[in-house]
This record gives sequence, C-alpha cells and structure tokens, in this order.
Amino acid sequence: MSISDELENIVPAKLVVEDVSKSFAGRGRRVQALDNIRLEVGEGEFVCLVGPSGCGKSTLLNLIAGLDYPDSGRVLADGRPVVGPGRDRMVMFQEHALFPWLDVVGNVMFGLKLKPGLTRKDRREVARYYLKLVGLEKFMDSNVHELSGGMKQRVALARALAPNPRVLLMDEPFAALDAMTREQFYVDMQKIWAARRKTIILVTHNVREAVCLGDRVLIFSAHPGRIREEFKITLPRPRDFSSLELAALAGDITRALKSHTTAEAAA
Amino acid sequence: MKRFRHALIFFASLVVLWQIICWVRNSPVLLPGPLVVARYLGEAIMDGTLGVATWITAKRLLIGYGIGCVIGLPLGLMTARSKFLGDTVGLLALGLQTLPSVCWVPLALLWFGQSEGAMLFVVVMGTLWSVLIAVDNGVRNLPPIYVRAAHTMGSSGAHTLLKVVLPASLPFVVSGMKQGWAFAWRSLMAAEIYVTILTGYGLGHLLHFGRELNAMEQVIGVMFVIIGIGLLADKILFSPWEHFMHRRWGTARE
Ligand SMILES: Nc1ncnc2c1ncn2[C@@H]1O[C@H](COP(=O)(O)OP(=O)(O)O)[C@@H](O)[C@H]1O
Ligand SMILES: [Mg+2]
Repeated sequence: MSISDELENIVPAKLVVEDVSKSFAGRGRRVQALDNIRLEVGEGEFVCLVGPSGCGKSTLLNLIAGLDYPDSGRVLADGRPVVGPGRDRMVMFQEHALFPWLDVVGNVMFGLKLKPGLTRKDRREVARYYLKLVGLEKFMDSNVHELSGGMKQRVALARALAPNPRVLLMDEPFAALDAMTREQFYVDMQKIWAARRKTIILVTHNVREAVCLGDRVLIFSAHPGRIREEFKITLPRPRDFSSLELAALAGDITRALKSHTTAEAAA
Repeated sequence: MKRFRHALIFFASLVVLWQIICWVRNSPVLLPGPLVVARYLGEAIMDGTLGVATWITAKRLLIGYGIGCVIGLPLGLMTARSKFLGDTVGLLALGLQTLPSVCWVPLALLWFGQSEGAMLFVVVMGTLWSVLIAVDNGVRNLPPIYVRAAHTMGSSGAHTLLKVVLPASLPFVVSGMKQGWAFAWRSLMAAEIYVTILTGYGLGHLLHFGRELNAMEQVIGVMFVIIGIGLLADKILFSPWEHFMHRRWGTARE
C-alpha cells in the first residue's frame, strides 16, 4: 500500500456493547464495575461518557479495547467479537504512556512498525503527517521529557492516530492538563475528528468538555456501573467551548448527573 | 576544559605530595617515589609482562562477565514474570547476591582446580546474581501502562518483552550490570592475588609477586593499572548507556 492510500484510508466502524457485565474481586466482596451495559456507537460517531469516578468508565473502555474481558455479554467491533487488542481500536490513556526510551517520532512509529507493508521511510512520513496534524512536527526528534504535559498528550494522540484505527478510545486524556491547553485541545480535536472521521469514545469528568465534543453524552452511575441517561447534542459544529448555549446545556446535564449520583447515594 | 584543568591540577598536586612524603621519610622499600613507579611501569610495558597480565585478566573478566549477563538477563525477566520462578530462583539469587563473591573461590578451586574455569566461575557468580536481581527489580517496577499501551498498538509476546519491557527497565538493568561489574572485578582481583592460577598470570598475580619480592614499585604500579582498567571499563561499558538514559529520561547526570 502507498502512503497516500495509508493516509486517505478513512473507514469508520461501528461498536456494539451487548449486555456486558464485569466485576472485580475487591477487599472481601466483589465490585460490580459494569452491570448489563448496552451501547451502540455509530460509524464516525463521537460519544462521551461522564460519571463519578469508580463507576466503570475505564473498565468499559478496556473491554472495548480488548485489554480485558467481560464476565458476560460481548463487545462487537464492526460486527466481529473483540477477542483482544487490535490496531483498529487505539487507546489514549490519562497518563500519556509515551515510551521514555524512544524519541517523539519513535513513539509515533512504534505502532506503525507492527503494521505490515510500510518501509522505514513510509513510517517516518506517516509519523510526520500525524505529528503535523497535532502541531508538533518541529518536535519529531525531541525527547519525551523535554515536552510539556499538553505536548505529551498531543504526541500520545498522534501515536494513537498513526496506525489509522477505526476507533479511538480516550480515557480522560485532558484531565491532567491546564484549562488553556485543554481548550486548545477541544478546537484541535474537532478539527482532527472532522478530518480523519474516527469513531471516538471519550471518557471525561468534565461535562462541558463532553458537550463540546460529543454527538451524544452518556451518564454513568456507580455501584453497579450502569448507563443512566443519554443526551443527544445537536449544537452546530465546530463548537465554541465558552459559548452560552454550550454552558446552558452542560448545566442541564450536570444537574441530571447530580440527581443520579445523589439518588444512588440515598439508595 | 575547565573541569579537565581542575582534575589535572588536583592529581599533579597528589603526585607532588607523594614525592614530598618520599623525601621526608626516605624509605624506598616501604614507599617508592613516583619516578621509581613510573620507571617500573615503563619497563613492564616494554618487556610485555604488563600487557600479558592485563590481557589475561581482562579476558577472564570479559568472558565471565559476558556469561553472567547472558544468563542473568533472561533469568531476571523470567523470575519477575513467573511467581514460581520468583519464589524459587529469585529467592536463591537474593540470598547468593548477599554472599561476597570471593567466598566462591575455595569452592571454585575444589571444582575446577587452579585453572581458568575457577576464575571464570568466580566472575560469573559475582555478575550473575546482581544482574538477575536488577532486571527482576526493573521489570517488577515497570509501570503497567507501558505494556498495555504496547498491546493496543499490536505488540505482544517476545516483541513486547524485547521492545517494551527490556528498554523500560533499562535504568535498573544498567545499574545492576554496573554493580555486577564491580563485584566481578573485585572478586577476580582477590582470587588472583590469593590463588596461583597455573593457566596464566593476571594483574593480581603480578601484584602478589611484587609483594613477595618486596618490590613495592611493582605493587603500586599494578594498583595504578587496576584503577585505570576500572575507570576505562566505566567509560567504555557504562557511560554510553548513562548518556543515553540522561538524554531520553532526563535523569540527572551523576
Ligand atoms: N483491575 C481491577 N481490580 C479490582 N478492581 C477494579 C479493577 N479495575 C477497576 N476496578 C474497580 O471497578 C470499579 C470501576 O473502576 P473504573 O472502571 O476504573 O472506574 P472509572 O474509570 O469510572 O473511574 C471501581 O470500583 C474499581 O475499584
Ligand atoms: Mg477511569
């Protein structure tokens, strides 16, 4: 395959989570991290999961990534059951998880090296393309420790995008960043999502972030982890993080989130 | 350049001090002056004794150290990843690592005789356990996120081991290899000084003979060579790795 094929090849996928339950052995008792989760994500859709910590969001993402397995139910990617990690579903973690023993371009090329059919030069070109996409082309040969927190997350994003996955799973990737860096990220994420047409599931604590980026926002609750409510976000794109409409909608969703959490605390 | 000048001035002063002490005490048998030692070194280099002894010692050290690393690295990976091996081989290594490796000398002589085998055995024992424990430690301290990230990118099995687990534990591995080197070097010197090995005289023997002959200039001269080899090994074997880690990880240079 040529580089242009590699870069032009935009294939959205569809994810189905079918009655998935997952529990962990906690201290003495079992923790029901996920209870009968049903979720369908359309091709090219951007879905955001919000909920209190410990409600199983990361667990769900891990199951979709194939890093862990459900106790019951199944996960389908593109109609096929997920049996392990795959380059069609890339993950971006809260910790950047970049490899310190590689330089920036080495990190982005790591996944590409495992992808057959690319020469070393192709891989470098693909890596350059994605580093440019996240605005870090100049830092190709830098070392990871020389970058700021926001830049590291950008490299992590480039690394996740580089193998051209159909699905991008993002687990609170902006949580550790300062507000300014984060807002710039929202602008860039929307551009990248529009350009590369990925199916994205984003986990976040930040309801406004979810409203700014998502086509749909799902509210999770804990003990057991369940999807409580779903909001379709129809605001026109690109969305401005500081717009009033967005803030108002985020307010509604935050109230709904609070009511679920308090109901759960009372129960 | 400035650092080099400081070092030069410092060491030159030491030599001058040494010379002054020699003049004051004036007992060439107990403490020969720098010029006498330099003359010995010159002669020993010219007639080849120093070269041969250095080569014999270096060969024992490098071969033994190589064997120790080649066995210790994979064993450390295995003890870290298997509970069974960790509870057995890992524990054994922990115990043997506390044993000064020179303690192996009597057993080595019994098993291998006064031969290269005995010397190699002592060096391997000095290296192996430190390297094993360092790798084990490095792998256990590995943030699990690296392996998970690698798995999502399609890495698995041996690829993960070689391209993720091993490089991620590099800081531990290098410090373990350095410690192994120090142990191996010390125990080899001790063995060479106290045991006559029939298959070849190394630097330790040269030092020992110097004492027997009351030739203190030989003892001191050989000590300098031993120090020189230690420094050189550090620069050649470990400095490049430490530079690499400093550059990539951003850790402080020592
Ligand atoms: N590997 C694990 N072992 C034991 N318990 C776990 C494990 N992973 C998650 N849990 C538990 O499952 C619940 C959900 O965790 P997680 O999915 O990380 O939540 P979230 O990402 O929404 O904060 C928590 O109560 C957590 O303690
Ligand atoms: Mg989480």
